[in-house]
Amino acid sequence: MSVAILQFLGTNCEYDMEYAYSLLGVKTKIIWHKEESLPSDTKLVVIPGGFSYGDYLRSGAIARFSPIMKSVIKFANDGGYVLGICNGFQILLESGLLDGAMKRNENLHFISKSVDLEVVDNNNAFLSNFNTGDMVNVPIAHADGNYYIDNVEELEKNNQVILRYKDNINGSINNIAGICNKQKNVFGLMPHPERAVDSLLGNDAGLKMLHGFVKSRIL
Amino acid sequence: MIVEVKVRLRSGILDPQGKAIHHALLSLGHNSVSDVSVGKIITLNINSDDKEKVRQEVTEMCESLLANVVIEDYEILL
Repeated sequence: MSVAILQFLGTNCEYDMEYAYSLLGVKTKIIWHKEESLPSDTKLVVIPGGFSYGDYLRSGAIARFSPIMKSVIKFANDGGYVLGICNGFQILLESGLLDGAMKRNENLHFISKSVDLEVVDNNNAFLSNFNTGDMVNVPIAHADGNYYIDNVEELEKNNQVILRYKDNINGSINNIAGICNKQKNVFGLMPHPERAVDSLLGNDAGLKMLHGFVKSRIL
Repeated sequence: MIVEVKVRLRSGILDPQGKAIHHALLSLGHNSVSDVSVGKIITLNINSDDKEKVRQEVTEMCESLLANVVIEDYEILL
């Protein structure tokens, strides 16, 4: 029962994620991107936020070819659980594990603030602690979070949209903040749950999200 | 040979940078500008003279890495 947290050149949220899962009593291991395989007891792979390869070319475009990603793609295709946050979401899109692409925010700003999100679907491991329609407040921090997909109707129809911005702050199609794949084992979202893990600091909605994998007995 | 790859957002996909530059140009009084799009040029220096082979290889590079075909078009100039 272990979480593999990937670390690329430029990743900067891996220790926050490690801390968040330590609060839940879950064993984690930070995995350098040059590794070629995941630990054999890996139950969840987290690709944390940051600026892998300095966002050169496109956010996530180069990280997706790091040696560890071959194992992550195989792990996901075999049904393993993968969670990508912010830059991790971008890497999942670039690697084809999730559909769509990210554009520059509509107003071109780097937006760093807490935003209200609607839980669109709770019939998945990640959001199993919430009810559909719940509003949560989680921080975002990104410049390339303007989600785009050609066939958004298909995504909506398959209940693959899991989180929506209450106010569309970055131009994302249908206010989409987070999605999953059809099989519901790969998740990507721009907001940072690992930055909302302590009620003492005003907000533990993120911890509740991360706990979803514990509740669903994946961890 | 030198190969240039032009990458830009597919037509029909809103280009926030192009829009911002368009507004700036209009505010400078360039009212004749009806649209602006922003892209990038990637210059490759390739050790080969076989144009067809190079075109094929660069196409593969574009499809796998240089462009994200979900939102971008690419053009190979050689």
